[in-house]
Amino acid sequence: MPITFQKQDSDFLLVFRGDFINFEISSALNDFIKSLPENAKIKTISFNTEKLSDWDSSFVSFLYQVLLVIKEKNLGYSLENLPDNLKHLLELSFERALIPPSAKPQQSDWLEKIGDWALRVLSALKKGMSFIDETYFSFIRLLFKKAVLRKEDFLFALDDCGPKAIGIVSLISFMVGLILAFVGALQLKTFGAQIYVASLVTIGMVRIMGAIMVGIIMAGRTGASFAATIGTMQVNEEVDALRTMGIPVSDFLVLPRISALVIAMPILTCLADFMGILGGASVGILLLDITPSEFWLYAWKAFNLTNFWVGVFHGVVFGIIISLCGCYYGINCGRNADSVGVATTKAVVSAIVWMIVITGIITVILKEFNI
Amino acid sequence: MITPPAIQVENLTLAYGNRVLLKNADFSVKKGDIFIIMGASGSGKSSLLRILTGLTKPASGKILINGTDFLNASEEQQLNIMKKCGILYQSGALFSSMTLAENIALPLQQYSTYSKEDISYLVSLKLALVGLAGFEEFYPSEISGGMKKRAGLARALALDPEILYFDEPSAGLDPVSSRLLDNLMMDINQSLGTTLVVVTHELDSIFTIAKNAIFIDATTQTISARGNPHELLKNPPNENIYKFLTRGKNHA
Repeated sequence: MPITFQKQDSDFLLVFRGDFINFEISSALNDFIKSLPENAKIKTISFNTEKLSDWDSSFVSFLYQVLLVIKEKNLGYSLENLPDNLKHLLELSFERALIPPSAKPQQSDWLEKIGDWALRVLSALKKGMSFIDETYFSFIRLLFKKAVLRKEDFLFALDDCGPKAIGIVSLISFMVGLILAFVGALQLKTFGAQIYVASLVTIGMVRIMGAIMVGIIMAGRTGASFAATIGTMQVNEEVDALRTMGIPVSDFLVLPRISALVIAMPILTCLADFMGILGGASVGILLLDITPSEFWLYAWKAFNLTNFWVGVFHGVVFGIIISLCGCYYGINCGRNADSVGVATTKAVVSAIVWMIVITGIITVILKEFNI
Repeated sequence: MITPPAIQVENLTLAYGNRVLLKNADFSVKKGDIFIIMGASGSGKSSLLRILTGLTKPASGKILINGTDFLNASEEQQLNIMKKCGILYQSGALFSSMTLAENIALPLQQYSTYSKEDISYLVSLKLALVGLAGFEEFYPSEISGGMKKRAGLARALALDPEILYFDEPSAGLDPVSSRLLDNLMMDINQSLGTTLVVVTHELDSIFTIAKNAIFIDATTQTISARGNPHELLKNPPNENIYKFLTRGKNHA
């Protein structure tokens, strides 16, 4: 064994022999603790390193742990016989130590956890309401041309939300229309009513599916991008710089984005409606032997302006929800790289949840008015 | 047998596209040295460090680390060389989702054969060495900037490196914390014999810790001075190094 423990009267000696590279600290430490005489009085614990050859930090770790045990048991020790650099390292480990603040508060029971959660929800609600309030006043200022809104920021956001989203919105909507038609056709074909696929796809896409699909795409694409961009600005203290310059954050960061998305969303919804119907037409014409003129005739019959405006209205509302969620979580992002990811996730998830909730509310209200 | 220097740089040219930052640089760092790479902001000090640590490729040149050609080595050889090097980044670069103990344990779990318990003892030692004993369970967001640098240093020390690189270690620190970090660096150099390569333009640090230094001259894109900074101040080989070491004074 490379370590031997020797008791000489009131002294206890640790003798080291050979190499101490990558050696097992825990078993050696256990041996040391076991070999310490329980009741015998030990004045000094010292070390003999005459036959010590090579060592690495596992050896220093062992000595450090030994010293911690010695200190805990209030025993005396001497580092005299250790090589200078080893002695210096051990002294360094106990010197200049910063005192950690008192132990971190631990949540004790479930009641405290529930209370803590309720307080967090309340504070988040308050924050959310004050954010909406701030954004509302920014809009009022915009109407009176008093808001600090940079035209370049608005155009950049509009380009990002509009033209750059056309490709993905078209593709997904086309596929959704195609799936809707295909699933519907399987049922309708059983009683020879496959021609009504055109009506099904038209009403479905125009009334709500187009808007919802655009909403989900834009929440993942643009809402996430808003949260990540503003979150990174928060990490880089750019948001603080705006605040200290007295520029309302909602004017500078939220207004251009919300305006751009509110303008782009209804247009994208119309595009999604059209592409969805086109997807349905491709199934009808290619798989169900419906002629193009028949399909468009039934689609046109099913098309109704009220449904169209309901879809567009949803688009506008979803635009507001997505941009509010993206900007809110971006502005309230923490100060490290991790929190940007968290903010982005929260922005997307909350936008989708709020879109579904608001759609439910709008549907109930419209039903009350027979729309 | 003559032992090779810790780092030997031969004819190194560093460029971004057509923009040359450093031309035909030659220098070597002895084992156990505290070697400072100094120069004005934008002179290419940090870029040189990125090349030495394998993060960027130079336009041309050769780097030998402990006698092994670093740039032309296979990926596996490069990894073996880098295992013997530790790096302290400007911000500490601690992983924010991990506690300090987990940050320091990461390289040990990845590259050593120590048991979980032994790793926790090693982590305790490394934290104690940088004055952070008892901070194992703290997250980087719960400690100050100076402590983050110390914790970053503890992580850099995890695998007992032969070479330690520092990128602007004093940046963002108050004078007292900066001096404490300087002392810590000298202690590590003295006790473990680790070679330190430090990129900095902090004159206090340079005059306190440096054994040897090179000065990258942004105007000529060359190493225009080399040696001990105290000697360089006494006998400046050119005006730019004198200005740098005296905060802009002209040489009489």
